[in-house]
Amino acid sequence: MQISGAQIIVQSLSAENVEYVFGYPGGAVLEIYDAIYQLHKFEHILTRHEQAAVHAADAYARASGKVGVALVTSGPGATNAITGIATAYSDSIPLVVISGQVGSPLIGTDAFQEIDMVGISRPCVKHNFLVTDINELAVTIKKAFQIAKSGRPGPVVVDVAKDVTQTMAKFSYPQEDVVIRSYQPVLQGHIGQIKKAIQMLSAAKRPLVYFGGGVVLGNATQELRNFVRTLNIPCVSTLMGLGAYSADEREFLGMLGMHGTYEANLAMQKADVVLAIGARFDDRVVSSPEKFLNSPKKIIHIDIDPSSISKRVKADVPIVGDVKNVLTEMLSIWQKQEVSFHAHTLEKWWKTIEEWRVQDCLRLPETDDKELILPQFVIQTLAKITNNEAIVTSDVGQHQMFTAQYYPFKEPRQWLNSGGLGTMGVGLPYAMGAYLAHNRQKDVFCVTGEGSIQMNIQELSTCSQYKLPVKILCLNNGYLGMVRQWQEIYYSNRESQTYFESLPDFVKIAEAYGHVGMRITKASDVEGALREAIALKDRLVFMDFVTDRKQNVFPMVGNGKGLDEMVLPIHMRDNKS
Amino acid sequence: MRHILSILMENKSGAMSRVVGLFSARNYNIDSLSVAPIEDPTLSRMTIVTNADDDAIEQITKQLNKLVEVIKVSDLNESRYVERELMLVKIRTIGKDRDEILRLSNIYRGHIIDVTEKSYTIELTGASDKLDSFLENIPKGLILETVRTGAAGIGRGERILKI
Ligand SMILES: Cc1ncc(C[n+]2csc(CCOP(=O)(O)OP(=O)(O)O)c2C)c(N)n1
Repeated sequence: MQISGAQIIVQSLSAENVEYVFGYPGGAVLEIYDAIYQLHKFEHILTRHEQAAVHAADAYARASGKVGVALVTSGPGATNAITGIATAYSDSIPLVVISGQVGSPLIGTDAFQEIDMVGISRPCVKHNFLVTDINELAVTIKKAFQIAKSGRPGPVVVDVAKDVTQTMAKFSYPQEDVVIRSYQPVLQGHIGQIKKAIQMLSAAKRPLVYFGGGVVLGNATQELRNFVRTLNIPCVSTLMGLGAYSADEREFLGMLGMHGTYEANLAMQKADVVLAIGARFDDRVVSSPEKFLNSPKKIIHIDIDPSSISKRVKADVPIVGDVKNVLTEMLSIWQKQEVSFHAHTLEKWWKTIEEWRVQDCLRLPETDDKELILPQFVIQTLAKITNNEAIVTSDVGQHQMFTAQYYPFKEPRQWLNSGGLGTMGVGLPYAMGAYLAHNRQKDVFCVTGEGSIQMNIQELSTCSQYKLPVKILCLNNGYLGMVRQWQEIYYSNRESQTYFESLPDFVKIAEAYGHVGMRITKASDVEGALREAIALKDRLVFMDFVTDRKQNVFPMVGNGKGLDEMVLPIHMRDNKS
Repeated sequence: MRHILSILMENKSGAMSRVVGLFSARNYNIDSLSVAPIEDPTLSRMTIVTNADDDAIEQITKQLNKLVEVIKVSDLNESRYVERELMLVKIRTIGKDRDEILRLSNIYRGHIIDVTEKSYTIELTGASDKLDSFLENIPKGLILETVRTGAAGIGRGERILKI
């Protein structure tokens, strides 16, 4: 029996066990939308903007570990999707984005709603395809899923010419993985290198594990935890790795980097052997590689992507492979060979670390006005009443860093934000995708700023249509806070275009979309408001917290500075050790 | 330092632009590039000449290997190799210049492939510095037009780039 290309797409997605497709229709994908209507193989979520569709699919992937799927039309639909695709690309999120393309005879004629999607998305996809032959359609979708989720994951675009969706062909979806001769990721670490790494590590006086999003993506959390616990060594996390090691465990020193904790940054700077696991020495982590390497250290680097190794900081022992496999292997050799550190050197290292830790760099700042709401306090309170277990998404800015600092994440995939690209506007669509990924069973909180939320605020409409009762915490400081912070520090307080004089009434906006709006202006109301919002199980609640306008994020490592050159919070400024 | 990278990849539309796009996106320069299908027509081989330090070359090589359609990348500089480039050059040849240019062309083992009363068109192959040196020896003002392919390089002896 022959079916249409559009039906092939729907059947293929169903064969991949896709539960949700996030998208927005248009001329080039009308046929596909008709097939979705008729076959009803998965739930389609109609967002209000293609960018949000891709973000929501991305969040679904981050929260579930499966591949997210988005569907957009040609031309403007495709270009609107680009920010979402680039965001997923920067954080290595597995995504398949199907975009409509004008009919093959029209390709290249500057046709109505034509854009070279393969060309325009090339720099921000793991791979992309243009399908102009119906016989290639099913196998291409198979390949797209395979490429998106294997090796270092990433977004894959499948651009499908409209006539292909209308042509009839026989459908058979490949059962087994398709062999792609030019694509074979290395999964096993080199055993010789692993042994070298163990030798180097065991000789360390000040060993440190530095892990990142690769541990989450590689589902290697358990392996990481076993490893760190068995060796009894300190560990620090990137923004993307938060939750891979539970923040309430003793071994965990917090996030490192530009807004990392005092103890995490100093430990990274002073360590003599750094074991980097699925982390890439990003410039927000190590702003200055020269200063980082100032204090003598050896670096062991595990990553599935060879190009991430020695890109910014040269590795002494590079190990290419899947982090889960490599960590398992390392631990088993460590235990078999009964390797260990010199007990007293490790003790000394821990003692130094504890001295840093007692400085309590994240202590809440003092205020004269006890009713002033500190953004940090809102996050702390959220953590307290959700027992550190909530699914939290954030946008980009100070509120994002406060969340990373003050919410002690316990589990991987609990924390969703745009780390690599730093995309304002992801917060709400991320909350939508995460809520669906958890089968509408878990509370999802979106921490945002009054700047960020306005980048995709139209999604409040999607939330009413599909009854997505997420909780929005808008830390409203009336500023593009993170920009203002930089202007204060680097531009002598010249607040160029960061003051929002015409902010909308968010409570009314929420209500206009059919949700509940709350405005909270007093610190003593924060906890009550949060509890009330959580109690409204089936309603989206928009909490507009009117916060202290001038809070800054500390510690802070300025551009080009060493990790030990932090600008410290006020309470640490005089008694700096 | 000058490096010659040899790339074996799928002979598919778009594959070449991915390679070129990678260079521009990461701010690396391509000095020359040549590409054509090989004996197995599903594959193409590309030779890229670039100037970069060793760390950059390592990154370029890794990034190229990451492209889904790239099968193998080899830095020919890592051991002995030969390279050739083809140049066609049209030279004004009037009066005594005719003999002079012919002699020079012979020295460089060039072939005259087109002749008019006023010009020779010469075909030359060799490593690109040899072609440069030929051009330097032509009196200024006589060169009307040149066209050069990129370099094509291959490892010496047993060294083979194959799937
Ligand atoms: C799409 C996009 N545009 C611009 C920026 C640059 N940027 C980073 S943080 C920020 C300010 C964010 O303000 P807000 O959402 O109010 O959060 P706050 O910093 O006040 O917590 C800006 C403009 C960005 N990250 N993303």
